[in-house]
Amino acid sequence: MWYILTHYWSELIQGLGYTLLSSVIALFFSTIIGTMFAIFEVLPNRAMRIIGRIYIELFRNIPLLVIAMFFYVIIPMYVAKIDGFTAGTIGLTIYTSSFIAETVRAGIQSVDKGQMEGARSNGLTYWQAMRYIVLPQAFKIVIPPLGNQFINLVKNSSVLAFVAGFDLMYQGNSIASLSLDTINSYMVVGVFYLIITLPLSYYMRHLEKRLA
Amino acid sequence: MQNFIDAYSWVNIRFLLDGLWVTVEVSLISIIASFIIGSILGVLRYVKIKYLSAIVGFVVDIVRNLPLILIIFFTYFGLPHLGFKPGILFAAMLAMTIFESAMLAEIVRSGILAVDYGQMEGARANGMTYVQALWHIVFPQAIKKTIPTIVSQFISLIKDTSLATIIVLPELLNHAQIIYGQNSAFIIPMFLMVAFMYFVICYALSVLSRILDKKLA
Repeated sequence: MWYILTHYWSELIQGLGYTLLSSVIALFFSTIIGTMFAIFEVLPNRAMRIIGRIYIELFRNIPLLVIAMFFYVIIPMYVAKIDGFTAGTIGLTIYTSSFIAETVRAGIQSVDKGQMEGARSNGLTYWQAMRYIVLPQAFKIVIPPLGNQFINLVKNSSVLAFVAGFDLMYQGNSIASLSLDTINSYMVVGVFYLIITLPLSYYMRHLEKRLA
Repeated sequence: MQNFIDAYSWVNIRFLLDGLWVTVEVSLISIIASFIIGSILGVLRYVKIKYLSAIVGFVVDIVRNLPLILIIFFTYFGLPHLGFKPGILFAAMLAMTIFESAMLAEIVRSGILAVDYGQMEGARANGMTYVQALWHIVFPQAIKKTIPTIVSQFISLIKDTSLATIIVLPELLNHAQIIYGQNSAFIIPMFLMVAFMYFVICYALSVLSRILDKKLA
């Protein structure tokens, strides 16, 4: 293990960087998109609700790999030349946003209806009430589940290895085939993943206990 | 349009369905095996046997926090270096079982924790041993509570089976790749069909999970 660590240090760090970068970008955009569709689902407008429902159900029930490979194969053919990292991150964002939408929707619906009614009767518009009253309370509830989503995101970002995204898993594979020491290569990569995910998951458990 | 008609020829659809069958087969066997192993691990973690429970807990946490792809690679490319060479199908199932067992261990444990402690006390007060009370009283109630979660875990397992294309497991996505590898005009039709097939199965299961959730709650 030590040999792998010292000889392929730069590849590992690069892979770690790409994994983190992709996860953070995907988390940022999927939180925005997910929140948007979550709001769609609680709107009084029926058509918007159906759009929100379709988006969430569609991308929750298709494997991430199929989504990522779709973008990796299709976009360069018809739209623009993009690399595997971009295609993978787009897939990751769309897939995760459907899970975040579901989480945030549950959060919004768990906020007491009286909050919205009270804000509305105090003269706020629907959007103001949503933005300043309901959403902040909803986000407080969904922080632990969102943290778990981020852990999943870091793990799921390993699909970038399928689309040449230069992430940790991809580097792990190339190290394994260069060094011919598969066991130790994969163990080192595993340790790198655990460095990110394990502390996060313990912190989330702690947070859940404290907020509960 | 012609592309779609050609792509969805009976031969191709049959080939995809063959792949779908492998997907379902692998996920079903893995979820059953993981349910058994996961329950044992979950109970072991719950009962607090000195050292053993802590070790089980630590291993479960480690496996849960690794990407499944890494575990698939490890079973298929790593194990031969330890002197055991699994076939593709076995390696895939082994990887899924290891990963899902850890997931289910955590689910079962939280299920047991959600059962009112009075149940255990009542059973003990009625003369049952600790193990009897756990097995006959607490465990069945815990499983009933966790069934919807286990079904959703099964959904993500079916989706995750697609990751095994990387070790050329002949499942749905792999078969689609073989078809569009022969004719690039089939790429879009194949992706849409694969997405559709996954969607139908997973959506049906998620509806089932929601119904169970309401019924068992």
